[in-house]
Amino acid sequence: MTALPTKKLEAWRYTDLRPLSGISFVAPPVGAAPALPDLGLPRLVFLNGVFNAALSSPFAFARGFAPVAEDSALPLAQINAEQAHDGATLHVPAGVDAGTVLLISHATGDVPFAFHLRHRITLGEGARLTVLEIAKGEGIYWHNPVTDITLAANAALTHIRVQEESRAAYSLATIRASVAASASYEHFTATIGGQLSRTEIHAALTGPGALAHLNAAQLLNGTQHGDFTTVVAHKAPGCASRQTVKSVLADTARGVFQGRIEVARGAQQTDGFQLSQALLLSPGAEMDTKPELEIFADDVKCSHGATVGALDEEQLFYLRSRGIPEAQARAMLIRAFLEAALEPVTQKEARTLLEAAINNWWVQP
Amino acid sequence: MLEIKNLHARIGEKEILRGVNLTVPDGEIHAIMGPNGAGKSTLSYVLSGRDGYEVTEGEVIYNGQNILDLPPEDRAAAGIFLAFQYPVELPGVGNANFLRTALNAVRRKRGQEELDAVAFLKLARAAVKSLHMKEDFLKRNVNVGFSGGEKKRNEMLQMALLKPGLAILDETDSGLDIDALKIVAEGVNALRAPDFSALVITHYQRLLDHIVPDVVHVLAAGRIVRSGPKELALELEARGYAGLEAA
Ligand SMILES: Nc1ncnc2c1ncn2[C@@H]1O[C@H](COP(=O)(O)OP(=O)(O)OP(=O)(O)O)[C@@H](O)[C@H]1O
Ligand SMILES: [Mg+2]
Repeated sequence: MTALPTKKLEAWRYTDLRPLSGISFVAPPVGAAPALPDLGLPRLVFLNGVFNAALSSPFAFARGFAPVAEDSALPLAQINAEQAHDGATLHVPAGVDAGTVLLISHATGDVPFAFHLRHRITLGEGARLTVLEIAKGEGIYWHNPVTDITLAANAALTHIRVQEESRAAYSLATIRASVAASASYEHFTATIGGQLSRTEIHAALTGPGALAHLNAAQLLNGTQHGDFTTVVAHKAPGCASRQTVKSVLADTARGVFQGRIEVARGAQQTDGFQLSQALLLSPGAEMDTKPELEIFADDVKCSHGATVGALDEEQLFYLRSRGIPEAQARAMLIRAFLEAALEPVTQKEARTLLEAAINNWWVQP
Repeated sequence: MLEIKNLHARIGEKEILRGVNLTVPDGEIHAIMGPNGAGKSTLSYVLSGRDGYEVTEGEVIYNGQNILDLPPEDRAAAGIFLAFQYPVELPGVGNANFLRTALNAVRRKRGQEELDAVAFLKLARAAVKSLHMKEDFLKRNVNVGFSGGEKKRNEMLQMALLKPGLAILDETDSGLDIDALKIVAEGVNALRAPDFSALVITHYQRLLDHIVPDVVHVLAAGRIVRSGPKELALELEARGYAGLEAA
């Protein structure tokens, strides 16, 4: 197996995978069928990394899994290619609006195990799709999914992920998206579960007018570590990218956002925007933000900003003075803080699911 | 009835309230005037339970209950409402959601039934209308991008919905145009009832033409230095506060 990345690599400076290398992960056991939310949407269900037809419902645009060859500089994607034996392959032909599909991963086992799902999403010209991904589980496991996305001209993919993995899990997701002219990739990840988790997105804007929104909300407590890392490559003129990352960190949780924007020579009229805001709910919580701009064009509008703060006492008092109990007032302010990151989540079921997941977070110990 | 007895309060090392004595019987409206920095806003914050103020002496009894140990939300439920001198902006919090959450929190604590979205909206729309506010105020984020006068009206909207027993208006008139002033006064006068009382903090006699106080107090350097009938406001307007602080 390809070696895990170490902190010596710049891209892994803030996320240490050593706890992972100390565990010997076995092949996944047969997964138990969980209670699944019935959202009335077509769904593809993977139990411990294996497609389960009985729990899934037909989706006209899903195909069978085919193994992949990979020669990647990304160690985790490389490991995935070596190990992957299942995943969703979605293909929406040109001009078709395929609606919304649920992609569910559920993991349970008594001994630590690893699974490496390999998803592929291809949208033809002008095609549309919303993928709502939910990852849950119990126990110790390592989930190492890779999702490769290809969007032809004018295609639009909305990709919403709700990461509610086991609190003892390692969840390391790699997403690569290639976005052609006037196509758009709208991404939102909610990082709620996992002992150690990372979402790493590489988005290449390859044709004029392509758009990528890569947003995230990280809600972490205890000793959780969550990392949202993005690399946006502006390879054509007139493309726009936006990243709004909101992290709410309690206890001694640690949040990471690394955002890199690369603007190639000739990618004029690039519009890049990046904002990382963290709310630290306890003195032991920590946020690391690393923006990186690498610009080789001259007519470019790129900005980034980062803030770290606590809940505003004045706002809290204002709410309480209106009779709202302290805990509820805090929850309201935290929810308000997240609002801007939730912008890509317009789809009704996705909203409902996400609101429930956020709500659930307050009541966690 | 509100009874403030020998109230001393400090922020850090600085004593701001230095023995305030003040009684507001039920059904009465009292005005508090006084120079900048006298402690008027401090008094209103101490009454509503804001953190950061240390009460070193004295007590505050509202309807027979010592309220100084209550958290702000319980004071609100008990009927105390502060209209802020500087209303706070809440980006990301919709005004309607805020109002409904507050109203239901207070109703719950007062043993009343909570309102569903439909019943609430009906109530809120009526209140918005009576304050001559645009209906889109309910849809906007709380106070975000509101003009100074609009923020003050939004305070009055909250007051109208929460129906307090004791309203403390901290310079609600400043920043209001003449028409808005009348609307605010109407809002306060509409609450007038045998079990409603108000403390109206203001720098200007003009508000008191519309909300006629039963008593006018002068707060200077952390103490009530003079109290008198509504004509006292006219006198202050003419002569200023000179000489009062020593009294
Ligand atoms: N957080 C604080 N830290 C230190 N001093 C404070 C603080 N808040 C208020 N003060 C001081 O307390 C004193 C009283 O302030 P307060 O706001 O109560 O005055 P006020 O009577 O409302 O004045 P104004 O008419 O200007 O509104 C002032 O000298 C002010 O500077
Ligand atoms: Mg003041």
